[in-house]
Amino acid sequence: MRSMLKTSVAAFVMLAAAMGAASADGLTGNLKIFLDTSNPAPRATMEELIAQFQEKNPELNIETTVIDREAYKTQIRNFLTANAPDVATWYAANRMRPYVEAGLFEDVSDLWADPAIGDNLASTKGAMTIDGKQWGVPYTYYQWGVYYRKDIFDELGLSEPTTWEEEKANCQKIIDAGKKCYTIGTKFLWTAGGWFDYLNMRTNGFDFHMDLLTGKASWKSDEVRKTFANWRELIDMGAFIDNHQTYSWQEALPFMVKGDAAAYLMGNFAVAPLREAGLSDDQIDFYQFVEITPGIAKAEDAPTDTFHIPANAENKENAREFLKFAVSPDVQTWINDGKHLGQLPVNAKSSVDDDKFLEQGFEMLSTNSPGGVAQFFDRDAPAEMAKVAMEGLQEFMVKPDNLDKILDRLDRAQERIYK
Amino acid sequence: MAQASVTETRQSSWWHRNQQQLTPWLFLAPGILFFLFYVIFPIFQSFNLSLYEWDGLGQAEFVGLYNYEELYWDDAFYTSLKNNVIWLLLYLLAIPAGLFIALFLNQTVTGIRLYKSLFFFPFVISQVVVGLVFTWFYDPTFGILNVLLGAVGLPPLNVLGDENWVTVGIIVAGLWPQTAYCMILYLTGLNAVDPEQIEAGRLDGAKGWRMLWYIIVPQLRPATFIAFVVTIIGALRSFDLISIMTNGGPFGASRVLSFYMFEVALSEYGFRMGYGAAIAVVLFLIMLAFIAYFLWSMYKEEKAR
Repeated sequence: MRSMLKTSVAAFVMLAAAMGAASADGLTGNLKIFLDTSNPAPRATMEELIAQFQEKNPELNIETTVIDREAYKTQIRNFLTANAPDVATWYAANRMRPYVEAGLFEDVSDLWADPAIGDNLASTKGAMTIDGKQWGVPYTYYQWGVYYRKDIFDELGLSEPTTWEEEKANCQKIIDAGKKCYTIGTKFLWTAGGWFDYLNMRTNGFDFHMDLLTGKASWKSDEVRKTFANWRELIDMGAFIDNHQTYSWQEALPFMVKGDAAAYLMGNFAVAPLREAGLSDDQIDFYQFVEITPGIAKAEDAPTDTFHIPANAENKENAREFLKFAVSPDVQTWINDGKHLGQLPVNAKSSVDDDKFLEQGFEMLSTNSPGGVAQFFDRDAPAEMAKVAMEGLQEFMVKPDNLDKILDRLDRAQERIYK
Repeated sequence: MAQASVTETRQSSWWHRNQQQLTPWLFLAPGILFFLFYVIFPIFQSFNLSLYEWDGLGQAEFVGLYNYEELYWDDAFYTSLKNNVIWLLLYLLAIPAGLFIALFLNQTVTGIRLYKSLFFFPFVISQVVVGLVFTWFYDPTFGILNVLLGAVGLPPLNVLGDENWVTVGIIVAGLWPQTAYCMILYLTGLNAVDPEQIEAGRLDGAKGWRMLWYIIVPQLRPATFIAFVVTIIGALRSFDLISIMTNGGPFGASRVLSFYMFEVALSEYGFRMGYGAAIAVVLFLIMLAFIAYFLWSMYKEEKAR
């Protein structure tokens, strides 16, 4: 009896060893992943992605933690120093700068040296680069633009505008019909940053916009005043919904769904809730933000979400494999399709899903954004400046007469923050 | 043998002699340790931190009193300070309101317990829920407040979107649970009111307001004191409602010091630990004034006894 047990144990051990040998190319050890993808669709996508990676590496012990997206933004400061995972999600550009400068993100330039990543992900390389090195890889990005109610436009006999004059003429007709042109909810401020991004990039161009956000240009310059003057034209027309300062971006959606407002300047993530609220694809459509100063190269906002390896991670080799896997063409195709994230793949070899918004967005970013691609107001500017500035933008939208006071304040803040 | 018994008696006598003095300290020791570690020590730590510029990650840089100088020029700081004063003043309304509800409920009718618990209900539910309910109530488009205002012919009001109304609007939301709290304090206080004194007052012809002011309220002094303490503390901690209802907005008009401190030091866009600590120090000094007053009046009371 006893010997039989022994033999069977021995056989089992040998079998296990053989199995181990069979999957010798799979990774072993641990991989700890922290995610901020707490919304249902992104969460399911990430879980599927990790399950696939697990299938490829059955020996690997993967531990995943999903943290609420807003809470993550404050928790990351703690866990990067105290209890670092091997992979963590975050955002590109200036938003990662504090962690890069504090030495908390791993330099992954070696991954980018591989042409499979370096060439195929060239469009987002700039956003991942600080001091000439790359500090992570992107896994998705999405376009911004004007999402509008096509049925309302048709009813009023309007067509997609391409110039500032057409935009304003359209808006006047919408207002005359008793509706508002744009819905917006500025309670959490950043939506106002989106408007400023576009108005400033169209009025003064991408380079000036970046100079302003990185502290090289002044908030009291004539260029900035011109941007605000353009914005004020819309505000004085009554183009935006009333009381937007009390709403979050989600709370502003019903105005568009009910037809009280005709359009929404937003990221592509607004499409899903609009569809869920009952609008069909015949009712919503998309156009690129119009030209304001003729001849200025158009630039777009396309915020990029990223994976990073914390410098204190324990299993950096496994993490590197995971990053490579996440940006590979096939994975990029399916995680960004309409059934999953519903956004744009970062890999040029991937294909964009058959969805009219994704197709238009991809087309816009790849062919019609010669000026450059910005991340977003609060990702391009340092966090502290973004906060003060977006508060000023909100105040301007409610009380445009306070502009001088606001610009003085921003100028003072700029002096302090970028010293 | 003899020697051993001597040490034994000496040992037991030492313990015996000091037992009375030592025992309370032994029992207090865990509490004192935690208090020192979690309350006293951090106070000095934030004093120290307020002299540095630190983003929470890199090297802290000593800047002396620069953070305080920065506070002096900061409009947002004055807005917060002003709102703190408004909170302190208006929040005290919870005390008379609680007293009157308690007087109203201090009767024996069928089902009075149910009424009492219903009045106490807002204190039991979370502040977050209170904040959400009032946010919907104030909603400029769908909220019932504007429906009511419209019914009596008044123009609509966006309470949480108007920088002049927003703080008052949040305080009203905060008064709802706070009044319930004061009410329960007074209800227990009313149980201890001496019926003979009321009888005597009645014989002397006191009724109505004079009865309340000269006979009842003086007897409720202990309850008033506690209600005052919890209300002041509640007003200075007014963080959750602001965070839920306005997130400090519109354009920072509803911030108080505690919220501003959180915002600059710990929120999504906050990276200024030293500056946050400087605000914390100011807030601490304000609280210290009240704490000193409370301690002093408690000390007086003890002595009078």
